Amino acid sequence: MTVSIVGGGPAGLYLAILLKKADRAIDVHVRERNSPDATFGWGVVFSEETLGALRDADHETYLEIADTFARWDRVDIRFRGRVLRSRGHSFSAIARKRLLEILQRRCFSLGVDLAFGLEVDDPPDGADLVVGADGVNSVVRRVHEREFGTSVEAEGCKYVWFGTDLVLDAFTFIFRETEHGFFQVHAYPFDEHTSTFIVECPEPTWRRAGLHELTEEESLAFCEKLFARDLEGRELLSNRSLWLDFLKVANAVWHHGRSVLLGDAAHTAHFSIGSGTKLAMEDAIALRDALVRRSWDVEAALVDYEMERQPVVERTQQAASESAAYFARVAGYRELEPIQFAFNLLTRSGRISHASLTVRDPAFTRALDAWFTGTAAVVAPPPVFAPLSLRNLKLQNRAVVRPDTSPAGAGLVLSGFVAVSLEGRITPGTPTIHNWTPAAHPVVLQLSHAGRRGACRPRSVGVDVPLRDGWELVSASPLPYGPFSVVPRELDEDGMAALREDFVAAATHAAELDVDVLELDYAHGYLLASFLSPLSNHRTDAYGDDRLRFPLEVLDGVRRAWDGVLAVRLSVTDWARGGMSVNDGVAIARALVEHGCDLVHTVAGQTIAEDRPEYRRGFLTALSDRVRAEARVPTLVGGHLTTLDDVNTIVGAGRGDLCILDLPPSDLESELAPAPKLVESAVAPS
Amino acid sequence: MNVGVGLPTTTPGTDGTLLLEWARRADAGPFSSLAALDRVVYDSLEPFTALAAAGAVTARVRLATMIAIGPLRATALLVKQAASVHALSGRRLTLGLGIGARLEDYEVAGVEHRGRGRRFSEQLAYLRVGVDEDRVGPARDGIELLVGGASGPAFARMARYADGYAHGGGPPRAFAGAAARANAAWRDLGRPGRPRLWGQGYFGLGDVERGNGYLRDYYAFTGPFAERIVAANLTSARAIKDFVRGYEEAGCDELVLFPTVADVAELDRLAEAVAG
Repeated sequence: MTVSIVGGGPAGLYLAILLKKADRAIDVHVRERNSPDATFGWGVVFSEETLGALRDADHETYLEIADTFARWDRVDIRFRGRVLRSRGHSFSAIARKRLLEILQRRCFSLGVDLAFGLEVDDPPDGADLVVGADGVNSVVRRVHEREFGTSVEAEGCKYVWFGTDLVLDAFTFIFRETEHGFFQVHAYPFDEHTSTFIVECPEPTWRRAGLHELTEEESLAFCEKLFARDLEGRELLSNRSLWLDFLKVANAVWHHGRSVLLGDAAHTAHFSIGSGTKLAMEDAIALRDALVRRSWDVEAALVDYEMERQPVVERTQQAASESAAYFARVAGYRELEPIQFAFNLLTRSGRISHASLTVRDPAFTRALDAWFTGTAAVVAPPPVFAPLSLRNLKLQNRAVVRPDTSPAGAGLVLSGFVAVSLEGRITPGTPTIHNWTPAAHPVVLQLSHAGRRGACRPRSVGVDVPLRDGWELVSASPLPYGPFSVVPRELDEDGMAALREDFVAAATHAAELDVDVLELDYAHGYLLASFLSPLSNHRTDAYGDDRLRFPLEVLDGVRRAWDGVLAVRLSVTDWARGGMSVNDGVAIARALVEHGCDLVHTVAGQTIAEDRPEYRRGFLTALSDRVRAEARVPTLVGGHLTTLDDVNTIVGAGRGDLCILDLPPSDLESELAPAPKLVESAVAPS
Repeated sequence: MNVGVGLPTTTPGTDGTLLLEWARRADAGPFSSLAALDRVVYDSLEPFTALAAAGAVTARVRLATMIAIGPLRATALLVKQAASVHALSGRRLTLGLGIGARLEDYEVAGVEHRGRGRRFSEQLAYLRVGVDEDRVGPARDGIELLVGGASGPAFARMARYADGYAHGGGPPRAFAGAAARANAAWRDLGRPGRPRLWGQGYFGLGDVERGNGYLRDYYAFTGPFAERIVAANLTSARAIKDFVRGYEEAGCDELVLFPTVADVAELDRLAEAVAG
């Protein structure tokens, strides 16, 4: 069997070693276009878990690699003059050049045919297996780009990869505010003399700072000056260190015929979670395992390899994209307290939560919890159990429950949709302000008018299923909501005045009903939301020119009638072409705050029936985060949060202030529930 | 969790005798449902026709399309077919619908591929709203409606109009991810309770190569993905047990296992694997 590997980076070399070890009779050829000692980049990072995999796969190289490792378990976050240190993260790093030397030597000793300085234009013919381990710009991939279903797109900030002779003792994040914007550094040691030092900033900042016009030397000098204090007089080292865009590579399939992709050729994950080399070497292990398991049946092995690796890599890429997006918008968090800023940073990719960080570093979450409750207490409850004050209202905790859930223990209970008038109901059974009473406290009264989504059958049979004999509907414009929906009447000025009065009267009534939070419903395509979106507001009058006008008039009226906590439930984006973007939603949230809104309940979509939502656990968290950071307002957020740990993480990191829980049914809960009375009496002595 | 079994409507060599024998045995065995796939461009049986036949020789099991490609059929005719199977079978129809994955099915059916999502929503609304109910019988009430698909709009349609979700197959972990999305959509649309969750897989316990050959051929349209589907074929009792357990843990309500070999002995082997 002949295996031809294109690319002599860690992925290609490691695969060569593993194949040769598995069967010495296999002919393994590696073709690398650069010379053996060419290096790009500085150090590469591994986690403890990856080390375990390397140890099991090839003990000889593992020993050599482990010998030269720089190891640390700390992450330092330098922000606003403080250094926040988190422990328990167990990373190792090695100079990329050193890693390649070790792998090259091992290849030679095992009899791998290793050739350098060979530019490969076409994938080699005649081999039983052709491996594209040739990086982001893979030639092997390019030849079959259509078959692989390749996508390459830039993500995150502009970045430049330096070295420094400053030896750090932790993975170090540095944040620096300048007149041009935010810059940040990802730095870590990789041997006893040198550290990697990556500088990044969003493209507009980069342009404002004039970096696009500077030479390599000038930009190095700029960064040295900017981070002079952190460099402690040491210098930055350049190695063709140019400002770049990070390219995210993804492929629908990783093999075609006898060609297979490995490492960066198959997938890249943003460097801010440091997993490129780790993924590449794990790929090599998985491919070797698949070939051995399938007794060198190449086609079957490539399918196995792809099925095993793709889900793992996709999860890592998802986390990496979250991380890249975080660093691109990090300036928005500059006013967070350092401890919260640090917790937000550590939990940015969704892979670390409050609970998992507590396992790694109990002191860190203890400090966070103590700060969060606003006491100097050594023993403090986690964020979900921290009280929250809004105006005159003090909530005991951050857990919010829906009306169909038991309110026991919750900090706040939602009323569900309550119509301001009979015409504003969704279904005949929808409560109105005239017949609704709070079932528990503290309670949010969601005041709404269904608009063009009214006159429907109960939601137990479906949503937006119109009644056969309904009532007249009104909306911003005469556009039906969904298939077979009734065409609503366009609300005229008299109608708007009457409706505003309905809301104000309902707010006045709410004060008598012992309501704790009043919530105006500007979401999900109901009446007030229909004014906000260009998809549902086609008006040519002043209420079409300024789509916020009527919703703000209602808000102003209600604000005068209600002096308690006033929330607005807002669809932050329409999730539809031609509709409101998140930027639009944030701008609306700002205006609401200016008009006296105390809390924004962030939801999204349902402006039109045919929208494009992206459902998953926590699908609204990113929207809440943006509204909270950019409109500077407390937020209430749901989006299928199923654990208290979700709440601790979101609230602790400042992505939201109150969280709606969707607790899944639990066998334990039903097992532990008190036995029904009937059974008791049946066994009682007569 | 219930375990159902697919009808051999897409495997080569199925005739009326085999189909009816298969249905009878499933009805007598431990299975809770009989399900059929839908495809136009293939040597396969039309699902409503097959379910009608199966319904005539069974009394207990639910009869399910998993899924039927809605937009290929004119809406009133689709509803007519579904309601007829429902009436003939004593109200046992579970109607799983989706937009399907194959362009060629749309081409030969002479149906526009573009706009299929919107037309599909209209079909679901037609069913739910009861449009023409008084004119196009038999009665549709009691038909359990499932929607399949993996996109955001598919989950939204499911939560808006259906009783549950029909997953397209994959390892338990993939099903669990889809179940979370289905539950999230259900909550987001304000539906009470939770969606019924149906899963599916392929099995072949006797002649494995024959079964794999069928899958390779049936899924040739997916290109390189065909081999992955072959690799996921459940070919041992142990694999079936692990799969069933994994789906149950992921919250599946009804798992349908589709045959890759049209041989009634496969039913006995499956019954044994599931029971053992």
